[in-house]
Amino acid sequence: MNEMSETREVREARLQGLGCKRKRVEDVRFTQGKGKYVDDLKLPGMLYGDFHRSPYGHARIKRIDTSKAKAVPGVLAVLTAEDLKPLKLDWMPTLAGDVQAVLAGDKVLFQNQEIAFIVATERYIAADAADLVEVEYEALPALVDPFKAMAEDAPILREDIKDKTTGAHGERKHPNHIFTWEIGDREATDLAFREAEVTIKELISYQRVHPCPLETCQSVASFDKIKGELTVWGTFQAPHVVRTVAAILSGIPEHKIHVIAPDIGGGFGNKVGVYPGYVCAIVASIVTGRPVKWVEDRIENLSTTAFARDYHMTAEIAATREGRVKALRVHVLADHGAFDACADPSKWPAGFFNIVTGSYDFPIAHVAVDGVYTNKAPGGVAYRCSFRVTEAAYCIERAMDILAHKLGIDPAEIRMRNFIRREQFPYHSALGWEYDSGDYHTALQKALDAVGYSALRAEQTARREAFRRGETREIMGIGIAFFTEIVGAGPAKNCDILGIAMFDSAEIRIHPTGAVIARMGTKSQGQGHETTYAQIIASELGIPADDVMIEEGNTDTAPYGLGTYGSRSTPTAGAATAMACRKIKAKAQMIAAHLLEVHHDDVEFDIDRFRVKGMPERFKTMKDIAWTAYSAPPPGLEPGLEAVNYYDPPNMTYPFGAYICVMDIDVDTGVAKIRRFYALDDCGTRINPMIIEGQVHGGLTEAFAIAMGQEIAYDEIGNVKGASFLDFFLPTAVETPKWETDFTVTPSPHHPIGAKGVGESPNVGGVPAFSNAVNDAFAFLGATHIQMPHDAWRLWQAAEALGAQG
Amino acid sequence: MKKIPLSLTVNGDPVEALVEPRTLLIHFLREQLDLTGAHIGCDTTHCGACTVDLDGRSVKSCTLFAVQAEGAAIRTIEGLAAADGTLHPLQEGFREMHGLQCGFCTPGMIMRAYRLLQEIPNPSEDEIRAGIAGNLCRCTGYQNIVRAIAFAAARLNGENLEEAAA
Amino acid sequence: MIPGPFAYHRPQSLAEAVALFAAHPEDGRALAGGHSLIPMMKLRLATPEHLIDLGGIAALKGIRREGETWVIGATTTQAALIGHEALPAGLPIIGETARQIADPQIRYCGTLGGNVANGDPGNDMPALMMCLDAVYHLAGAKGERRVKARDFYLGAYVTALAAGEILTAIQIPAAPPGHGHAYEKLKRKIGDYATAAAAVMLTLEAGRIATCAIGLTNLAPTPLLAEAAAAMLIGETPDERAFAAAARAVEAIVAPTADGRGPVEYRTKMAGVMTRRALARAVARIGA
Repeated sequence: MNEMSETREVREARLQGLGCKRKRVEDVRFTQGKGKYVDDLKLPGMLYGDFHRSPYGHARIKRIDTSKAKAVPGVLAVLTAEDLKPLKLDWMPTLAGDVQAVLAGDKVLFQNQEIAFIVATERYIAADAADLVEVEYEALPALVDPFKAMAEDAPILREDIKDKTTGAHGERKHPNHIFTWEIGDREATDLAFREAEVTIKELISYQRVHPCPLETCQSVASFDKIKGELTVWGTFQAPHVVRTVAAILSGIPEHKIHVIAPDIGGGFGNKVGVYPGYVCAIVASIVTGRPVKWVEDRIENLSTTAFARDYHMTAEIAATREGRVKALRVHVLADHGAFDACADPSKWPAGFFNIVTGSYDFPIAHVAVDGVYTNKAPGGVAYRCSFRVTEAAYCIERAMDILAHKLGIDPAEIRMRNFIRREQFPYHSALGWEYDSGDYHTALQKALDAVGYSALRAEQTARREAFRRGETREIMGIGIAFFTEIVGAGPAKNCDILGIAMFDSAEIRIHPTGAVIARMGTKSQGQGHETTYAQIIASELGIPADDVMIEEGNTDTAPYGLGTYGSRSTPTAGAATAMACRKIKAKAQMIAAHLLEVHHDDVEFDIDRFRVKGMPERFKTMKDIAWTAYSAPPPGLEPGLEAVNYYDPPNMTYPFGAYICVMDIDVDTGVAKIRRFYALDDCGTRINPMIIEGQVHGGLTEAFAIAMGQEIAYDEIGNVKGASFLDFFLPTAVETPKWETDFTVTPSPHHPIGAKGVGESPNVGGVPAFSNAVNDAFAFLGATHIQMPHDAWRLWQAAEALGAQG
Repeated sequence: MKKIPLSLTVNGDPVEALVEPRTLLIHFLREQLDLTGAHIGCDTTHCGACTVDLDGRSVKSCTLFAVQAEGAAIRTIEGLAAADGTLHPLQEGFREMHGLQCGFCTPGMIMRAYRLLQEIPNPSEDEIRAGIAGNLCRCTGYQNIVRAIAFAAARLNGENLEEAAA
Repeated sequence: MIPGPFAYHRPQSLAEAVALFAAHPEDGRALAGGHSLIPMMKLRLATPEHLIDLGGIAALKGIRREGETWVIGATTTQAALIGHEALPAGLPIIGETARQIADPQIRYCGTLGGNVANGDPGNDMPALMMCLDAVYHLAGAKGERRVKARDFYLGAYVTALAAGEILTAIQIPAAPPGHGHAYEKLKRKIGDYATAAAAVMLTLEAGRIATCAIGLTNLAPTPLLAEAAAAMLIGETPDERAFAAAARAVEAIVAPTADGRGPVEYRTKMAGVMTRRALARAVARIGA
């Protein structure tokens, strides 16, 4: 290879750095069935755990008899709350400052709650024995409707804390009340509403759903009695946090706990929390001295680990007659289920819901959130969104459409009138955020042009007339959503988990031949970190991405980090990666100057080398520099070439986007067909456009599923309905619409490479786009707001209620 | 329950084993033969992550007892590449077209597409979508999976790949 | 989800199978494609002690023409029905219905016999078999007998199949020349049971409906034959007015349950909508 004669383009291309549609490193093993997921792990002497679960949603446990289960040949142990009590592990802390029963002792509080953990030599034997645990119950009235949770005569769910008038987030007004969280200026907001020319008010509910990755939650715990060391493999989006929690809970010193997250089959927020299965597998391994595997089945997954949403939002907007927004007021009733196990940063019991002013310049706003207990599974995770951001985006995007409808202003126009203008950034929102950058008008205009918006509206008008004349039974809806996300938690000053600041980290080591191993505190679950982090390093250090190996998920080797969720990997660990590279680069510059025998100020970086300023033929490649760092470092300089960075972002990042959905609804059946879906995303600097596009496709598909059918519902006695793939709506390739993607680029001013994060945007923007299309379709018949999910029977009911049925 | 003998062919190799009658084929492949490429995603015959090829049919191995495969020839993702390690065009296509993210559905998806392309060598987009309707993916939204399968079809038909990729 | 233990039998002949069922009349279950039974066993909603796998009996497979009828072996798969060289042309509604069952992998395993014999009201083929006036061939220790599909379904999961009996074949009258047909199924997604579905077979004479049969899926504890609705169409001009009247007659006889597919009122209305659409499509096919 002649390094002199190669063009800059060839050298650039070889790096496969930022902006390259680099093919994924991970795919080589995944396409050959060589991924290593938790359930693929097989250890000598490994045992299998399985749960006996409650058939009741709310009941007192009178007696637990495990004798028949224990008598099954091959069963080694059956754990109940009684067994965990002496270890102080019958309850565990949640991320939200509450406690959760690991195994129910006195009461069960939701259907399928864990009661006994059976450990056996084979999976099949554990399952047989689980059926033989006998429990005597006294059924109690179930509390299912969150609106009845604080009624005087409501059954008290949490007897363990019934007398506590203060919780982790302040005063509790009722034994079933968890917290009230308020932000904004209540008085000024109330005043603005009193003086408003126009107001709207609507209860906008976002139903309970589930992240439902294709791989369920699972773990293998292996306690080595001789060394006193515990190794846990698991489906962990945040392995370091799991280790810290395990150390606190078990009393095993943190350095003797090895937590490993191998390949993960999707997370979407489901794999952030700590679940009873993990704890029981650990205890069982300590008790039996053998490795113990726990694998959730799908029904267990959907009905016990980590629901999302279940927010009932009463939104009000005050505006002028011209549609200029003056104030926003939102009250949320948040159904948290039996335990408050929301995975939010500690100080944020309602996550970042105060992004609810969205992309609009609200001078004033007030939000209050009340969390309540019900007889449902715990959770409240961010399902492919930053903390409660999808709820907020749904709320404001529906509310803006309702306002537009009331005023007879086009939904695109009302957004244009109220957008935060480009020159207002950094923008301080009425609810306390500092938006880093944005250009909303440009993005929406590009989207409107791309779909031919005015022609679509003209077609809609014609079709509405045809419908009224009885010539068609289809109605057409056009849904616009313009979302602003808040991702990348977060600045340590206001974001922590269990007291640990939400920084993230990268450790990069260049070896003598110029090959790199880099480790981060995050953990990919399909996002392609092994591919994209290497691209950041390639561009920063001038080393081909193919020469960089990325490792995550092993707490022994990776630097401490808070994990991957809330689209935080690129904003935090991605930033740490760039910053660590820059430390290395500074040292490399010293080495290059030494080799070139010039002052270090006289060399400059050029793609993959340092060269003498003004003398491009005099250079040293990063490869040369790496070798020198280990063979003959300059005097006074430490040998080696590596760096660590722990990055505490100065702010979060604010990706945004404009989505447009065109939908046709058959009013006779309620079946909706997505004719077209256009998604424009602005996630700042784009690291790998191929991966971004893939993330957008996937997120839109999840949004489609949520808006058009997903629901984890409960009947009046607390039975969970639809907790399998027969009922829980996961669209196949046949139902899934085709996606059109587009972008603008407004870099984040504070991120080292200007990137903002994208994985969750399509879910955040997609749900309101679908729902707005549905509501837009029905608007001419008089609809104001139709609740999700928009499955066929509900749309048929809406049509029926509006008199559209012949 | 007493174990019973089972003989079949897996990825071209003869296999003799003893299995409990209730052993599901997916557990037999994953735990007795250590072929962990096929996965379990739903337990209710919906997701297709466990799909393998059995006697010229794509089957969900979580909904067959291993004993039902007596005498059968099974191919799994581990047996798809050529003996010399050359990847099958589907394996290549999934990487080229970014047809996977977390990778969990991928082995089942590829094995289903493998049979689909033998039945319909030149499928339309709608035929591909209908053909993989028994396989769920939570990451990709299917769009790039469809492109990956079209890529493989073109490669198998010896067509110009630029066109297939377009 | 793990099935409970059982003893496995794989008879090689019908006689052997009949003997096995005679030996285990109460605790034996037939395993055909297994795609209804195995999921039930994994949920432990079914816990048979003896599983008798019919997959090894060659005589139970295959499709043949016998006089003015088709005879289809009970373990013939949905995929085989779709892919058969003559059936799709002779009786196209079979393939049209089979294609709307579950997904490709399941159609490779799922059998016609399994679909019609277990009495699951969600299955698609029973209503079609009632519509087509099929006859089921049953074999047991006491010999063979024949039961019309229209007499077979007694309640949800309750059929005329006696303990120890096996369904061996389904005999279906050949379709009249120039017939129109349609199977209209409303479902939430691929792999779902019908919210409502209607099978229609009809013929026209001089522009009027001469014969008509309507079968309904998942709209009552058993599949339904909408006799009154079909009867009122005879002699009528095939137009929207007639179809709407038939739809109303269908709505009067269905008794769906409320579930994730919708409340009773919705599913009732959808029975009518599917009927109307199936009738319209069947007629349009004759015209085409």
